[in-house]
Amino acid sequence: MSDFNPKIVAFVCNWCTYAGADLTGTSRMKYSPQVSIIRFPCTGRIDFMLLLKAFASGADGIIVSGCHPNDCHYSSGNFHARRRWIVFRSLLDFLGIDVRRVRFSWVSAAEGAKWAQLVNETAEQIRLLGPFKRYHQLRGLGVE
Amino acid sequence: MARIGVFVCHCGENISATVDVKKVAEAASRIPGVAHSVEYKYMCSDPGQQMIRNAIREKNLTGVVVAACSPRMHEPTFRRACAEAGLNPFLCEMANIREHCSWVHEKSEATTHKAFDIVRTLVAKVKRNKALLPIKVPVTKTALVLGGGIAGIQASLDIANSGHKVILVEKEPSIGGHMSQLSETFPTLDCSQCILTPRMVEVAQHPNITLHSYSELESMDGFIGNFKVRIRKKARSLDEKLCTGCGLCVQKCPSKKISSEFDAGLGLRPAIYVPFPQAVPNKPVIDREHCTYYRTGKCRLCEKICPTQAIRFDQEDEIIEADIGAVVVATGFDIKHGDFFPEYGYGKYKDVIDGLQFERLASASGPTLGEIRRPSDGQVPQTVVFVACAGSRDPAKGIEYCSKICCMYTAKHAMLYKHKVHHGKPFVFYMDIRAGGKMYEEFVRRAMEEDGVQYIRSRVSRIYERGGKLVVKGADTLLGSRPLEIEADLVVLATAGVAQAGAEQLAQRLHVSFDAHKFYAEAHPKLRPVETNTAGIFLAGACQAPKDIPESVAQASGAAAKVAILFSQSELVREPLIAVVDRQAPPLYSSCVGCFLCQPSCPYQAIEKEEIRDRDGQLIKTIAKVNPGLCQGCGTCVALCRTKSIDIQGFSHEQVYAEVLALLNRGEDNV
Repeated sequence: MSDFNPKIVAFVCNWCTYAGADLTGTSRMKYSPQVSIIRFPCTGRIDFMLLLKAFASGADGIIVSGCHPNDCHYSSGNFHARRRWIVFRSLLDFLGIDVRRVRFSWVSAAEGAKWAQLVNETAEQIRLLGPFKRYHQLRGLGVE
Repeated sequence: MARIGVFVCHCGENISATVDVKKVAEAASRIPGVAHSVEYKYMCSDPGQQMIRNAIREKNLTGVVVAACSPRMHEPTFRRACAEAGLNPFLCEMANIREHCSWVHEKSEATTHKAFDIVRTLVAKVKRNKALLPIKVPVTKTALVLGGGIAGIQASLDIANSGHKVILVEKEPSIGGHMSQLSETFPTLDCSQCILTPRMVEVAQHPNITLHSYSELESMDGFIGNFKVRIRKKARSLDEKLCTGCGLCVQKCPSKKISSEFDAGLGLRPAIYVPFPQAVPNKPVIDREHCTYYRTGKCRLCEKICPTQAIRFDQEDEIIEADIGAVVVATGFDIKHGDFFPEYGYGKYKDVIDGLQFERLASASGPTLGEIRRPSDGQVPQTVVFVACAGSRDPAKGIEYCSKICCMYTAKHAMLYKHKVHHGKPFVFYMDIRAGGKMYEEFVRRAMEEDGVQYIRSRVSRIYERGGKLVVKGADTLLGSRPLEIEADLVVLATAGVAQAGAEQLAQRLHVSFDAHKFYAEAHPKLRPVETNTAGIFLAGACQAPKDIPESVAQASGAAAKVAILFSQSELVREPLIAVVDRQAPPLYSSCVGCFLCQPSCPYQAIEKEEIRDRDGQLIKTIAKVNPGLCQGCGTCVALCRTKSIDIQGFSHEQVYAEVLALLNRGEDNV
């Protein structure tokens, strides 16, 4: 499994986690390059269908991260995301996706180190779980 | 067909050291729809921006991706460059290959590959960007200043003098803040109150300033130029209009033995009190926790003797609503108290005090009228030990930062002590002396050389009592760490400066961010030091980080200038990254089915009901409509909508799905 390079997509909010990841950069902390960030205005904007789309398209793991509870730039978007995550999590088993493949977290603009740690932990976890192939066989059937 | 331009920046060597920028630009040129792809050393420089402008004109580009630093850094720069070349600025996106790639990964093929993945993702997005027009909103030209310390006072006066209205909110009964408690100020040793109180009076008399003392911000809604605030004016238990401030009630109040906050616990005050004689407003307030009437239902002495019948025992908190265009947060700092230093006996021994308490002892208006007498027995201390860095620069205490003001005020304290007790022996325990500032180093030198203050480079391990003396244990690190003990009569700890207790709750009310120590975060540590990441909210003074008076005043004037700039415009231009409800031709008119689940999800009450009628006025359907003035573009409604009828400009379904597919190399645009 040593040559397995997981593909991890991070859905983050603009105000906390995106800025936190910027801080990781300005502090020159190193982390695993397998993660790529997609910027959203708020975790409240994240439609969890996107997570399924990402899995169906070849993602091995996903990070969703935004502002800590009560710190949302838009006051309540992260609570909506959390509620959505709770429901979505219970659906994952049914969908055949290991819940450990999705990491839901809060990283503030001041937590550059936490972001690096989160990415490294997630990358390690996904490396242990191996590639997510379950949906690959559906390709071409018009299902994805 | 899209004609996208990709501009890859080296950022000097910040990107090119770990990412093969040539390869990225070359690979990007092969992405379908990319008409132009180049790399350059500094894209943000003038020649770099000129390259973009020229390419837009010459290659007739329909979109631009700048692969460089974070969009939080330079997105406005590049969008402006695009606009100058006639391309709608919202057709420009940044691929963050510095903070999210080159700086966080080692030089390797994987890093270059990731940089390209990011570029490809943003190319896929920008192809689906739409030209957007900015939204114009009016500006309410009234500023709210939170905190009436020296920073808040300065900001209020500057804004008011530039011709705009100011509402100043102070939570304590009087403005003045920490500065009003100080005895004398470094490096000039002029009396703090003598320079502060005229400013306080100016605030009270200024026609443009409305002062709400003993008040706090209850809530805030809205956005830059258009905030709506609710201020809780706490019940003073008297009618401020009738009260003349004669002070009779304060003299006659029978419960007089309450620890005075203003004297940092060293003095006493009655239950109805004015914090200090020069208070603004000079009107008393009843401390309901300690007042005999509120405790037992009897007394009402102040009510009986008040010549103007101003006492109102039944007064309730009042909520004041106001429209505000900008906010200056100047809520200041606090110092560490309590059981933070068990090893120093702070809180256990009466004669181990903090810097603020020493200020009160040295102040002519203090509990000892400026004579240095120790709290336990009122004796003049013969030996005083000052401990700098008490808690600061100490990761073990959870405070890694330097509190900045302590070196200077400790030198001042030692000097003041020596000026008042000529034969006294002051010692200062320090780690390093940080005296950066005009005339600061000279001031510390004066304390050492002219006033004979003994500086010992040592941290203090323990302070304990022995035979009526306080034994201070340390080790002189400049003499081979020789252990040493000093028997002191009084110990003054320069305790760490920390954020105010309610800093976090206030930040949540204002939607501003704060650092790990709850100090408010500026938008950029160097270039935007007085702005927050929330537009229209500015910072002044020690709420951002520990600061001395000149720095607080300078920052306050800076924040005031920012407010004045904002108020110099009659309308503001806002980014149009807002939600919109689908509208289409009849017979459907809109895919919205009118379930209005989006309505309660909106934190800004921006979703309204719209009735669609035919030409006879017959109602066809009721659908949701987003008020563009109120929408802030969080997109919560977008993710929530069951029929996908709301979309958000700039982060549309089409855009984000294309991003996911492109990132995973599964989109139709993959190479």
